[in-house]
Amino acid sequence: MLKLESRPEPSRALALLSPLIALAFTLVIGLGLFVALGKDPWQALQMFFYEPLKNTRALAELSIKAAPLLLIALGLSVCFRSGVWNIGAEGQFILGTIGATGVALRATADSSSLLVVGVLLAGTLAGMLWAALTALLRDRFNASEILVSLMLVYVAEQVLSYVVHGPWKDPNGYNFPQTITFLAQARMPRLIEGMRANWGVVIALGCMVSIWLFMHRTLAGYKLEVAGLAPRAARYAGFSSRSALWTTLLLSGAMAGLAGALEVAGPVGQLTSDVPLGYGFAAIIVAFVGRLEPIGVCLSSLLMSLFYIGGELSQSRLGLPKSITGVFQGLLLFSLLTCDTLINYRVRFSGRRRALPASAEVQ
Amino acid sequence: MRLELHDVTKLYPGVRANDGISLSVKAGEIHAVLGENGAGKSTLMKIIYGVTQPDSGRMLWNGREVRVASPEQARGLGIAMVFQHFSLFETLTVVENVWLGLSEKSKPRVAARIRELGQSYGLEVDPDRPVHTLSVGERQRVEIVRALLTDPKLLILDEPTSVLTPQAIERLFETLRRLAADGCSILYISHKLDEIRTLCDQCTVLRAGKVTGHVARPAAETNASLSRLMLGAEPPILEHHERQPGEVVLEVNGLSLEKQDEFGVSLRGVSFRVAAGEVLGVAGVSGNGQGELLAALSGEDRRATPNAIKLFGRDIAGAPPARRRRLGLHYVPEERLGRATVPVHSLSENTLLTRKDSVAPGAWLRRAPLRELARSIIARFRVKARGPGSLARSLSGGNLQKYVVGREIDARPKLLIVAQPTWGVDVGAAAQIRGELLGLRDSGSALLVVSEELEELLELSDSLVVIANGRVSPRIARRDATRALIGEWMSGLWPEQSESTATSNREETPLAQARVEA
Repeated sequence: MLKLESRPEPSRALALLSPLIALAFTLVIGLGLFVALGKDPWQALQMFFYEPLKNTRALAELSIKAAPLLLIALGLSVCFRSGVWNIGAEGQFILGTIGATGVALRATADSSSLLVVGVLLAGTLAGMLWAALTALLRDRFNASEILVSLMLVYVAEQVLSYVVHGPWKDPNGYNFPQTITFLAQARMPRLIEGMRANWGVVIALGCMVSIWLFMHRTLAGYKLEVAGLAPRAARYAGFSSRSALWTTLLLSGAMAGLAGALEVAGPVGQLTSDVPLGYGFAAIIVAFVGRLEPIGVCLSSLLMSLFYIGGELSQSRLGLPKSITGVFQGLLLFSLLTCDTLINYRVRFSGRRRALPASAEVQ
Repeated sequence: MRLELHDVTKLYPGVRANDGISLSVKAGEIHAVLGENGAGKSTLMKIIYGVTQPDSGRMLWNGREVRVASPEQARGLGIAMVFQHFSLFETLTVVENVWLGLSEKSKPRVAARIRELGQSYGLEVDPDRPVHTLSVGERQRVEIVRALLTDPKLLILDEPTSVLTPQAIERLFETLRRLAADGCSILYISHKLDEIRTLCDQCTVLRAGKVTGHVARPAAETNASLSRLMLGAEPPILEHHERQPGEVVLEVNGLSLEKQDEFGVSLRGVSFRVAAGEVLGVAGVSGNGQGELLAALSGEDRRATPNAIKLFGRDIAGAPPARRRRLGLHYVPEERLGRATVPVHSLSENTLLTRKDSVAPGAWLRRAPLRELARSIIARFRVKARGPGSLARSLSGGNLQKYVVGREIDARPKLLIVAQPTWGVDVGAAAQIRGELLGLRDSGSALLVVSEELEELLELSDSLVVIANGRVSPRIARRDATRALIGEWMSGLWPEQSESTATSNREETPLAQARVEA
């Protein structure tokens, strides 16, 4: 029989290194996978770790993927640290794209170029509202935020599908489920001319600094952390668990909504039913691999972007299936959980079960 | 000799839990093993009962050398153990619980044996009652009966009295004496000096894993001499001066609260007052509403009806903990780790839980004043910690308790509520904590101390109330509170006299009258 025993003093160094060990495991298994599929593992590795980094243009593309992941994962980190399990960032992201589009579609040729600020705000608010539904249901009816937020993702997908097939469909779009391409006033200005990277990256990095300050330098951030680490201590101190629930959900909803707005106002430039790529779910992995710390989350969002781009490249160049990105994400999360478990627990093989007391026969 | 241990040593990483321990128990002897928390008593019993194996040393059973590899084998030899924490299924009846662990197939026969044993040793318990309807004392009887059914030659009892009322303790001792008279040896683990002096024939004292003394007749010793062996020093004697209490600080008036979970207790019409400069002790067997009362007083449970709880005449029944703290009410809960402190946070961060207004007002955290506060608490209360950066969970129980009590005393509370101030704390730290609490009282604060240890309450309190089944007794002055009387009250039998506590908080229940009516 296998038994897990908790270690009295788990190594702190290993706990910090755990994401790197997990990455190593992921690579080893991934390489094995490529070999099994009959691909040159060296070439495959290049697709993941060289091509996306080889020049400025590639890095700009990387930043486009990393920015939304970073934003969403930052919000989720705050949530998870205080023990609020928001699994529905994807839904909040989708609502962000819809809210942003609602404002973007109002742009006319003589709109101010500040309209894009309204676009971002609308997306942020929409994501916040979607998360507020979860908070309300949890607060009022004690419904599990895990289930509610997850199920609201599917509702959000239906709302998206409705607007792009119905009221907001581009009349000249050959009946594709998409809106018109946004006017320039409703789009994010580019960071460097000629490349797709935009100011969204700067916003994401700014958020990273703010969230770090919030977590580690404010009383509100400390209260949220206590609520997650020791709920009974929070109750004893008088930190309200309701306010922790609302703050974290509204904050993470806003961040996911902002990421959605940046996506439609940035690289995509219109709303289509294909905008959501699962960033909201991938960001859960990003948050945990980044140890729920803003700086770690920044690094892990870059790593996850490598997986996204590497997956796309190996699809087009090596003819591997699209699901390769998902496989890598899954491998990474699985390895991380395994590492964390083995750092905190040791495995014991126990031979026989201890029998119930037998009175007389033993000598 | 029934049992002999020679040079038993058990090492755990970083600590010699047992270091060359020798001890021998005769047939029919009640042998005490005395020592403070962490002295190695439990490890030694686990070795005898086969739960763990010693690294070296010999064990002789009836003169023959044995190796006990498992509790199963220990029971086979005739060794039985009653653990401090009961292992009974609440939903099953007594006979079902006992029968579960036996090879005997017939339930009625087991029931008959339970009755028979109960009668001969004063352990009466109805075999057909479900365990959840039994009191704590009755549950312990079930555990002992279960142990006796295997017909043991040695019975080990681990701190058996911590859950009992004084009357129940008297009854347990009666049982143990009868068992010993029938030839069963008893190993009695305790840190309570009085009990050992009344009950035991022999006493082995442990300190830091070593035997520091064998006492042939504990009854002939004094508490001071025993505790010198146990601690290496005599505990400081507390100075308890009579003091005239001042104005009423806390007033609880007809507080009733429905229980929130199945195993909770509903509070019913709880009324009492605490005045400045006095310590009011709340005695009672655990699980009689102490937790519920404390939650209502601390503000963790805010369902109390308006005016049921007043602080300096102001209604605080619905006030959150932070507001109560601003009004001068501080609280030390029973659980140090996870409630009074966040285990993985440093001592300095843990000051923020209750002291944020005083050290770091405003929305931003400034680390320097937190560290300064933690450093001063560590110094003033002699907390053994590497510094303000030590994690709360890295401290020993006694040191963390000193830190938590210190953190709240340092806030100069007008009312300090303390639950189990010295629970699981070594004797030296306990004496220090009690001294600090009395010092706070002498400086004019009001204290409410909830404890299951009557000795402690008698040492600390000016007056006592007893909580039983969600109701609180009238107050009684310490000089009138005998163990017998408090014991009766712990079963809920006190004279009903309405308004006795409300009219004047210094009015004490006349002892004679209490006895007659109870």
